[in-house]
Amino acid sequence: MGLTRKSTGSAVDGSELVIRKSNPDDRIIALAGNPNVGKSTVFNALTGMKQHTGNWPGKTVSNAQGEYIRNGKRFIMVDIPGTYSLMANSAEEEVARDFICFGSPDTTIVVTDATCLERNLNLVLQTLEITEKVVVCVNLLDEAKKKKIRIDLDELSLQLGVPVIGTSARDGKGLNELMDEVEKVAFGAQKTYPPKLSYGPEVERAIETLLPLVAPKVSGIPARWVCLKLLDLDETLRESLAKFLGHDLAGNVAIQTALSTIWEKLKEKEIAKDTLRDLVVSKIVERAEQIYQLCVSAPKSGYNSRDRKIDRVLTSKATGIPIMILLLGVIFWITITGANYPSELLSTGLFWVEDRLTEFCLFLGAPSWVQGLFVEGMYRTLAWVVSVMLPPMAIFFPLFTLLEDSGYLPRIAFNMDKYFKKACAHGKQALTMAMGFGCNACGVVGCRIIDSPRERLIATITNNFVPCNGRFPPFTKRKQ
Amino acid sequence: MMTQDTPQPLNTLPIGRIGTVSELVSHDSERRRMLDLGLVKGTKVTALQKSPSGDPVAYFIRGAVIALRTEDASKILIRCLA
Repeated sequence: MGLTRKSTGSAVDGSELVIRKSNPDDRIIALAGNPNVGKSTVFNALTGMKQHTGNWPGKTVSNAQGEYIRNGKRFIMVDIPGTYSLMANSAEEEVARDFICFGSPDTTIVVTDATCLERNLNLVLQTLEITEKVVVCVNLLDEAKKKKIRIDLDELSLQLGVPVIGTSARDGKGLNELMDEVEKVAFGAQKTYPPKLSYGPEVERAIETLLPLVAPKVSGIPARWVCLKLLDLDETLRESLAKFLGHDLAGNVAIQTALSTIWEKLKEKEIAKDTLRDLVVSKIVERAEQIYQLCVSAPKSGYNSRDRKIDRVLTSKATGIPIMILLLGVIFWITITGANYPSELLSTGLFWVEDRLTEFCLFLGAPSWVQGLFVEGMYRTLAWVVSVMLPPMAIFFPLFTLLEDSGYLPRIAFNMDKYFKKACAHGKQALTMAMGFGCNACGVVGCRIIDSPRERLIATITNNFVPCNGRFPPFTKRKQ
Repeated sequence: MMTQDTPQPLNTLPIGRIGTVSELVSHDSERRRMLDLGLVKGTKVTALQKSPSGDPVAYFIRGAVIALRTEDASKILIRCLA
């Protein structure tokens, strides 16, 4: 038993890399970004789709697609999973990386959080290594303004070498300007010049040695990036690369010999695989820090201090758990008692209809099996399910969304982690279990927010033991 | 007890104090996850808040609040600053 790449990786979410264009003038636009930066909000605002947006990571399960038509041109928007990096530490990152690398998007929009730009720049810089055709969208500008964070978008654009547009996607602000730039980049009217990051003499020398061997063998992806990845190749990338190029680049004899000499040389300089990875990531993080300091001014004190005070109350030893129990208790109380009234009404109404249907059957003189099958079987079951399940769901989900939007859910995970850990599970399971009270299917899907495969499996399997509100005992007892 | 010179595990950093990362002792995907958080050498980390049970602890890292379990934090060596 075990979670293999095949059972947890991109294979299961049916993400398709090849997007079919119905017209050669169509452009494919990838939407990338860290989790929780309003990526799906941007996607929905542009495509008019109603993908559920929420503020925990892993909301985008696979690549969602939508259309956006502008000046008679069709843009196929692909919403890829939110990730912090493209180093493929998880299934989501693998899907994201594979689409940006091998899905050949005409432009990639990287959505970033204006209130947390430094961390977000990490992904922007990693994306720029793979493709030059990037437009950076600095979202949540309104919230940044509230926190008195000022961002010099022109300077940011200069530093990154690509267009940068500020937006507040929730109010639809800036989206038009964003798509202006996307259109220009996608049709080649706007060239982008992201500066190349230097990884230090040792790594650069290694890349130089590999480049002449690799460059003639790849097309459609930057050879320099491929060289860098060959130095520290993981199996998933090797597979994706081989699939894209049609040949196994890493298996090439000349390249393998070159790689082993490079590694010998690197080892003389005391650079092992871990050190190399550190070097590469450090350069990216340092560059992000540098850009951040050039472009962003945030008040030193006061910034975040209010949030932190609230956090101290919500997660302290004395008040953290009582507040949590109270809040969840109130939500369940409202759901259960509140649902009784519409439930009563619905069942009265629906069962009145059943009586009429029975009369109708008698009137027609239909055989008793027809009445049994359709009226007592199909209709009555349907009526029961609707009257029992619809009202609590209609109450629970909006309440849960409120809790989600307030950002309280990660605090629950923080409070509960120790206890879940004792059962070899993860604190985030508290969220998927709470979601399970609404609907087990949603709870199981939500388990993707848990990183470790083992903990995720535990959360997925045990979610079923949380009674969803259609299975709340008080209801079933009352109705039967 | 706490001097500038000896690296100590992050989980021993008292709440409210700041340290800079000097070394990561984890490997492979665990190490990559730490690097993704921006925990490279020299990064400032502030210990913000313990959870009700004492584990995990919330840290302020490069503009974001991140909770780390003791077992993960113990694999990050830091030098205490203030």
